[in-house]
Formats: sequence, structure tokens, C-alpha cells
Amino acid sequence: MKVLVPVKRVIDYNVKARVKADQSGIDLANVKMSMNPFCEIAVEEAVRQKEKGAATEVVAVSIGPAQAQETLRTALAMGADRAILIQTDADPEPLAVAKLLQAVIAQENPDVVIMGKQAIDGDNNATGQMLSALLGWPQATFANAIELSAGNASVCRDVDGGIQNVDVALPAIITADLRLNEPRYASLPNIMKAKKKPLDITEAASLGVDLAPRLSVVKVTEPPKRGGGIKVETAADLVNKLKTEAGVL
Amino acid sequence: MAVLVVADHDNASLKDNTHKTVTAALALSNDVDILVAGSGAKGVADAAAKIAGVRKVLLAESDSLGQGLAEAVEALIVPLMANYDAVLTPATSQGKNFSPRIAAKLDVAQISEIVEVIDASTFVRPIYAGNALETVKSSDGKKVITVRATAFKAAGEGGSAAVDSIDAGPGAGKTTFVSQQLVKSARPELTAAKIVVSGGRAMGSAEEFQRVIDPLADKLGAAVGASRAAVDAGYAPNDYQVGQTGKVVAPELYVAIGISGAIQHLAGMKDSKIIVAINKDGDAPIFQVADYGLVADYKSAVPELMDALTAAGV
Ligand SMILES: Cc1cc2nc3c(=O)[nH]c(=O)nc-3n(C[C@H](O)[C@H](O)[C@H](O)COP(=O)(O)OP(=O)(O)OC[C@H]3O[C@@H](n4cnc5c(N)ncnc54)[C@H](O)[C@@H]3O)c2cc1C
Ligand SMILES: Cc1cc2nc3c(=O)[nH]c(=O)nc-3n(C[C@H](O)[C@H](O)[C@H](O)COP(=O)(O)OP(=O)(O)OC[C@H]3O[C@@H](n4cnc5c(N)ncnc54)[C@H](O)[C@@H]3O)c2cc1C
Repeated sequence: MKVLVPVKRVIDYNVKARVKADQSGIDLANVKMSMNPFCEIAVEEAVRQKEKGAATEVVAVSIGPAQAQETLRTALAMGADRAILIQTDADPEPLAVAKLLQAVIAQENPDVVIMGKQAIDGDNNATGQMLSALLGWPQATFANAIELSAGNASVCRDVDGGIQNVDVALPAIITADLRLNEPRYASLPNIMKAKKKPLDITEAASLGVDLAPRLSVVKVTEPPKRGGGIKVETAADLVNKLKTEAGVL
Repeated sequence: MAVLVVADHDNASLKDNTHKTVTAALALSNDVDILVAGSGAKGVADAAAKIAGVRKVLLAESDSLGQGLAEAVEALIVPLMANYDAVLTPATSQGKNFSPRIAAKLDVAQISEIVEVIDASTFVRPIYAGNALETVKSSDGKKVITVRATAFKAAGEGGSAAVDSIDAGPGAGKTTFVSQQLVKSARPELTAAKIVVSGGRAMGSAEEFQRVIDPLADKLGAAVGASRAAVDAGYAPNDYQVGQTGKVVAPELYVAIGISGAIQHLAGMKDSKIIVAINKDGDAPIFQVADYGLVADYKSAVPELMDALTAAGV
């Protein structure tokens, strides 16, 4: 069974995003970039499925600039077998990303795609669902457990108010939620080995997908700041303030 | 311009997120219809018909719609979009599950989790865990939008729209519902509650979480929330998680107990009207957003708070 894992290069989750002074976007110059945390979880899951014998090959794919090769090397160091970069300096929207992934899938024919539920920059939580709709493959989003068998994936999903179990016929799209697993750190020997694993680069333009954005950014601003609060000395003070000053009790 | 709002419900009752999404829809157009997709959901449709400003309610019922399967909901809505210029869905985990599919089938962008309507094609949405607000203008003919319900006031009651039953569509195809376990709680729902009490990693165990957080929440008539650390450690169920990747809440009062205030947590609660933090570390980042901070061990502070509330007649 072949698993395709799309991975995205994003601002490191520990870095606070800063809005550019001209309000044109987020300042990403000299900012630490890493693999999107949900994509790490997806890679981890694919590698574990391979270690369990449920999967035979794990292919990582990223859409982005030349530097996204680093992100792919991280996936290879975690245990992916090979990697594909669909190179573009544009910042494609989820619909365009889904169409590019559809083109990659037509060439790679994976049995299952495991990807992040959300990227922590765009926060769209959309790409997997769009890909599923475009391909006509079933989807199981927000997975916290995945059981792969011949022709089927049993997935436990995090939903509002609890959990839901679904079976999806393969090929299918699965998106990873936080509780699916805890990604490993790549060991130094595996980081060295990853340098020798195959990484193919394809120009996004060659895939015949319309990348034109549908949304134009009018401006990006900082959210209103909360005024600084006060410290209270005792629980009784707190209740008094909540009652008389804040009026919320 | 006509707008379709997809109702948030559990087949038994209509959720307040729907009323809030109607408010966002009315900012786009006066022709707002509500779709109730479910099973045994006639009561939900009747409730939706009472929302002020709604033109009509469409009711589609089948097993796969009742189970909320994304493929079934999308297959129902896509043909309906011949009659609408925009579809608005509350950004719940259910809405996030099917809405992007509709966008893909219509070949348009999804405009995710809007918090403000500027005009019929311009919207504001948070990005980067709420560290930035982005104003985007859509060039697509039809708009597919998810709505961060906490950012909008609930539309009132007083409407008397007609309820039309419509065909349920082709179903879910290659996805099969197996089972689900939903937590039943007598407490208010997290995203709709006026007060939220949340516990963090400091609780140390599920027993301690329930011993400390639950009674305080019950005393305040509050919903219970948690940080991801508390959820990951199994102290609280996953649907309690507040934050960038959990639920977004904006209650009148948010009480954070033993929560450090990581940006991913703040993303889910910093629009609360009043924030209270109880943390033994005076330098914890949560104090930077808290209106009232109490630097104390929760083990003594929470019982004292309970007593003070009783003394104040709460
Ligand atoms: C300031 C700024 C504002 C932006 N505003 C918008 C906007 O309003 N609307 C918009 O659509 N985009 C916007 N973008 C682009 C945005 O950053 C994303 O690249 C794009 O929207 C994809 O959405 P997402 O990452 O939120 O996708 P999600 O749907 O959240 O991503 C889910 C999963 O899809 C996969 N995936 C996503 N992107 C890639 C990729 N490049 N390569 C491989 N796998 C991938 C990953 O597995 C990921 O975990 C903006 C970018 C910037 C810098
Ligand atoms: C991609 C991604 C998404 C994430 N999404 C979310 C999200 O949606 N929601 C979320 O919450 N987190 C999220 N996180 C995790 C987040 O980064 C933090 O790890 C998490 O919020 C920390 O939880 P905490 O505050 O309970 O724990 P900690 O950071 O460990 O804080 C515990 C606090 O308790 C205090 N404390 C300890 N003992 C006591 C005591 N006896 N009395 C009083 N105070 C005490 C400590 O001083 C400390 O401040 C996400 C992380 C990533 C990478």
C-alpha cells in the first residue's frame, strides 16, 4: 500500500507572527520556518503504518519554494522513502494546492493520502476536503486513530461533542488531528541517510493547473490589543471586582 | 442576491451558531434561507423558521445526513447552489468537514472563518492563530464561507418562515458511518456559554480536573474548557479543547486555571469579554491578556473562590 503525505513549510509554531508595517502580509524574512505540525503528525502516521507492515511506501510531497526541500528532507529523515517538490514561489490557495495534489496523485496512484487537517499559517482547514471532492475519493477528516486494511480504512474522528467512527473505501483522503500520534524527532543517522533519498523537483507551471488566486488580500492588520489587566490579592477581591467592576456575575 | 445558511444542530435541537450565522448572512443580503440537513429534524426546521429575517427553511432528511457525512451534505448542497449566490456555514468541526468540498465542486475559494463582513465580496478573517486579521476580497461568482459564530450577535426570534421539505440527495457513497460516542452534559455548550471555566496541565489528573474545575463551573453555570495539554494528558475530553485547533470561545467571562497562555490557547479565548487567570507563576503569559490575575496555587485559590462566591450570593 502506497501512502502519499503532503507536507507544508510554514512559520515555526513557536514564532509569533508579525504583521508587516505596510499591511501587505506577515513578515517572513529571517523567520524560522518548519514543517506544519499537523503535517508532521501525518508523516509520523504514514511511517508508523509502514513499520506495522500496513503500508509499503511513503511518498512526501510539498508545494512551495526551493526552501521547501528542507521540509521534505525532514519528512525523509522521519522515514518517508522519497519526496517530490512541486516548485512555485506563488503562495497557492487551498483550491490550487488541491488541484496540484490531484495532478501528483494522477502520476503516483497512491492508495491513501494522509495529510494535516490544518496549516497553522492560513488556518484554512480546507485542502484535504477539497482534494477529496475533486478526486471523488471518500474523506475521513480530523483522525485520531487509523486502521488500514485491504481496500478500507477505519478511522476514528474527533467531532463536536465526542468521536465518530467511519469506514472509508480506499483510495481515500485522511486528515490528521493532534491526538493521532506524537511525531518522532529524526535521529542524526536518519538525517544523514535522508540526504541520499530521492527528491524530485517539478515546476508547478508544468502541471497545467490554474494557480491564479481567487482571493486578493486587501490588507493584513494586527488584532486589537487587550488592555493590560490588574493583579488581585485574594479570591474575595476577585469576586468583588467581577461583581461590581466587570459586572459579569 | 440570495444566501443559504446551513443550520448547526444535532437533529434534536437547533444551535445558537445558526442564529449568529444568520446575522452574518443578513449583512450580505435580505434573502436568507436556512437549510436543515439531518434526520428526524422537523423540530429543528420549525425552530429555524422562527429566526427573524429568514425567508424560508429547507428541510432535507436521510440517514447519512443525520450522521453528518460530509459527502452527503455536499452532494445535497451543490445542486441547490444554482439558486444561491453564497452559502454560509458555522465553522464547527461539522461545518469545516463539508464546506470546503462545496467550494471545490463549485471551483471557488472557501473564505474560512470570517469574523466580519465588509461588503458582499470582502471579509475579515483571522490567520496565524489570530495573530493577524486578513481582509480578503473574493473574485469568485459564488461565495462559500465558514463563519466564526462567536464574532456575530445572534439573530433574534419572531420570524415565521415556511418549511419546505426537499429531496435528500444521493447520500455518502464510499464513506460508511460505523458509530459515534457523544458526551452528554447538562452544562451549557462551550461555544455558546456566557461563562467558561478552563483547566490546564496543572490539574495533573482527570480526577483532579473533575474535582477542581467541575464544581466551580457548576456554581457559575459555566461550560468547562481545557488546554490542549490537559486534553492530551487525558484529564479532559478532546471536545473541551479551547484554542487555535480546538474551539473558539468568546464568553462574558473566561476563567483559566493552571493554564500558561500559549499563543495557540489564546487564539481560542482572547476575544472573551473578561478574562480571569489563576496561576502560581506570576510571569505566565496568560497574565498579559487577563483582566484580573490571581497569582496563587489553584489548590488553595479555587476553594477560596468557591467560598467567596457563596458569600457573594452566587
Ligand atoms: C499573509 C498571507 C495571507 C494569506 N491569505 C490567504 C487567504 O486568505 N486565503 C487563502 O486561501 N490562502 C491565503 N494565503 C495562502 C496560505 O498561506 C496557504 O498557503 C494556502 O491558503 C493553503 O491554506 P492552508 O495552508 O491554510 O491549508 P489547510 O487546508 O489548512 O492545509 C491543510 C493541509 O493541506 C496540505 N497542504 C496545504 N498547503 C500545502 C502545500 N503548499 N504543500 C503541500 N501540502 C500542503 C498539508 O497537508 C496541510 O496540513 C495567505 C498567505 C499569506 C502569507
Ligand atoms: C499546532 C499546535 C496547535 C495547538 N493548539 C492548541 C489549542 O488549540 N489549544 C491549546 O490550549 N493548546 C494548543 N497547543 C498547545 C500549546 O502550545 C500549549 O502546549 C498548551 O496550551 C499548554 O497547556 P497548559 O497551559 O495547560 O500547560 P502548561 O503550558 O504546562 O501550563 C501549565 C500552567 O499551570 C501553572 N501551574 C502549575 N501548577 C499550578 C498550581 N498548583 N496552581 C496554579 N497554577 C499552576 C504553571 O505555572 C503553568 O503556567 C497547540 C500546539 C501546537 C503545536
